[in-house]
Amino acid sequence: MSAGGAAPHLGADGVTPAAKGQTTYVDAIREGLREEMARDGRVFLLGEDIGVYGGAFKVTDGLVQEFGEERVIDTPISETAIVGAAVGAAMMGMRPVAEMQFIDFISCAFDMITNFAAKSRYRTGVGVPIVIRGPSGGGVHGGPFHSQNPEAYFAHTPGLKVVQPATAYDAKGLIKAAIRDDDPVLFFEHKFLYRRIKEELPAEDYVVPIGKAAVRRAGRDLTVVTYGAMVWTALEAAKTLEAEGIDVEVVDLRTLFPMDENTVLESVAKTNKAILLHEATRTGGIGAEIAAVLSERCFEYLDGPLVRVTAPDTPVPYSPPLEEAFLPNAEKLCRAARALAAY
Amino acid sequence: MDLTRDQKLELYRFMRLNRVVEERLVNLYRQGKVVGGLYRSLGQEATSVGTAYALAKGDIVGPLIRNLGVVLVMGYTPRDVMTQYMARATSPSGGKDCNLHFGKPERGVISPISMLGALVPVMAGIALGARLQKKDLVAMTWIGDGGTSTGAFHEGINFAAVQKLPLVVVAENNGWAYSTPFRKQTAAPNLVAKAAAYGIPGESMDGNDVFAVHAAARRAVDRARSGGGPTLLESLTYRMKGHAEHDAQAYVPKADLEEWKRRDPLERCARTLVETAAATAAELEAIDRAVSEEVDREVESAEKAPLPSPDAALQNVYASAAADAEPVMLRRRS
Repeated sequence: MSAGGAAPHLGADGVTPAAKGQTTYVDAIREGLREEMARDGRVFLLGEDIGVYGGAFKVTDGLVQEFGEERVIDTPISETAIVGAAVGAAMMGMRPVAEMQFIDFISCAFDMITNFAAKSRYRTGVGVPIVIRGPSGGGVHGGPFHSQNPEAYFAHTPGLKVVQPATAYDAKGLIKAAIRDDDPVLFFEHKFLYRRIKEELPAEDYVVPIGKAAVRRAGRDLTVVTYGAMVWTALEAAKTLEAEGIDVEVVDLRTLFPMDENTVLESVAKTNKAILLHEATRTGGIGAEIAAVLSERCFEYLDGPLVRVTAPDTPVPYSPPLEEAFLPNAEKLCRAARALAAY
Repeated sequence: MDLTRDQKLELYRFMRLNRVVEERLVNLYRQGKVVGGLYRSLGQEATSVGTAYALAKGDIVGPLIRNLGVVLVMGYTPRDVMTQYMARATSPSGGKDCNLHFGKPERGVISPISMLGALVPVMAGIALGARLQKKDLVAMTWIGDGGTSTGAFHEGINFAAVQKLPLVVVAENNGWAYSTPFRKQTAAPNLVAKAAAYGIPGESMDGNDVFAVHAAARRAVDRARSGGGPTLLESLTYRMKGHAEHDAQAYVPKADLEEWKRRDPLERCARTLVETAAATAAELEAIDRAVSEEVDREVESAEKAPLPSPDAALQNVYASAAADAEPVMLRRRS
């Protein structure tokens, strides 16, 4: 990941172009896709405007020229058909990667994902190795239908795996791991990160294993468990809090299901206090699940309440002041952390 | 291509098998041995058998719950079906799912889910996956008149048409979707009219004439195999029982049932075979006897099949690792 000083934060203006030898989050995903397509003839892509146009966010830019229309398929506006066709092709032994142009549109394919793909291995013994990926998250004033974080619906569905990378390294390593996985994987990208973060990536092939969290910052006083773009928010807050004498540990889940409970437990058993931070709305979110896990599994280690810092239970509003009020940020996190540290 | 005498007799045998298996399932249902509902295809056997019989080895089907004849043609046994309905460990789904919800691509069958229409895009994907692997196969799936109202049906058939995939969609117009009549399902005059909207060929067939069904299905399968893309077939037939065994279908006009009973597909097939001298009445009776004996043996064997062990409930959610039943609690030292 980028050095702490280079860490961008939500609210940062403009786009930071990648320095020579550095790879942005969006390029990292594309590199991961390209390498897997080159390595494995079973891998193909399908989605809306992903071929000739290169995708709404250019994640698949250039891939149709390299791999042809057979392996980079422009589809009708039909999320059910996109995921349904991916499911069928996966049953035939292919490794499809389906793009949702905005992850908000994943609701249009909900049945295919939660009923067809997720349950297939359990009820019929037929695995469905598909990847469904797309841009999630707010901070770009996209309004109620281009800003959502729907990961919790899917973490609640047995049979699916759910990942969300926070760094360019993880974006590449996790998309490759997702493609190689034998089960359906939902890969939530954060659109705010696409061109705002960059780092030097290894030249050699690597994967980031699904189901492994990462400690992004070590600290003694409290643990912030988070994922996606909020990892950067947590790191920004940690710097502010450090100056106030509060030493924050930041755990980046990377995989939301199956969750790396041990890394979270280990951290909280050390700091004895935890904040669950996510951009998605509050009720029934990933934070609630982590709180339940901590309460069940390390109750005796807790020296304070389990605190959630999340978006409120509202749709994502459009107008900048409204969206700013909606989104968690470093300031809101700092307030919660100070109260918890003083508890 | 004309059917041989043996093939004609085999069509008759599969339809008889379809019917007898269901009759025995009704007995098991009344004895309380079937877990959950029982879905009949009485009067629709010709559609299932005639269409599936038009396929070749290597082709893949996605049947629905009334397509018992399809899975029998594809090589699943009456015992498989009965152990499924009785939720046994040795059923094709191992007790994980009900009735005709089973299948594997290597057995040529993709399991349906209960959400109607969902199989259409998935079967398009089967055809797409096969084409990407340069495998020559035709995918075939079935949908009821009710299921054609779903978005998944539309998206799947539209995608298959755009991609010119080798997919045959058989729309079984049996007049009823649970208790909802055709006229409340669509304002279209019939289902085959919808083919034009997708830019694909459509053909209507007498769903109670197995030879007519087979011939139409054969044309669609040949077109798909030769690169002509998908076809929508409409089978005009009638649902002779309720939605499921518990449903006495009081909403269905008696006169309709009486009229369609006269068009019973098994009796029509038998009559045609005898009238065209393809078979004698005695030969058909011998087939009936053999089927009846076979199904009796299969029922006996299925009833002896064990129920699944409770541990299996946690298995096979993912390719590796069983689901955790109970979390481990950390205790504070000192």
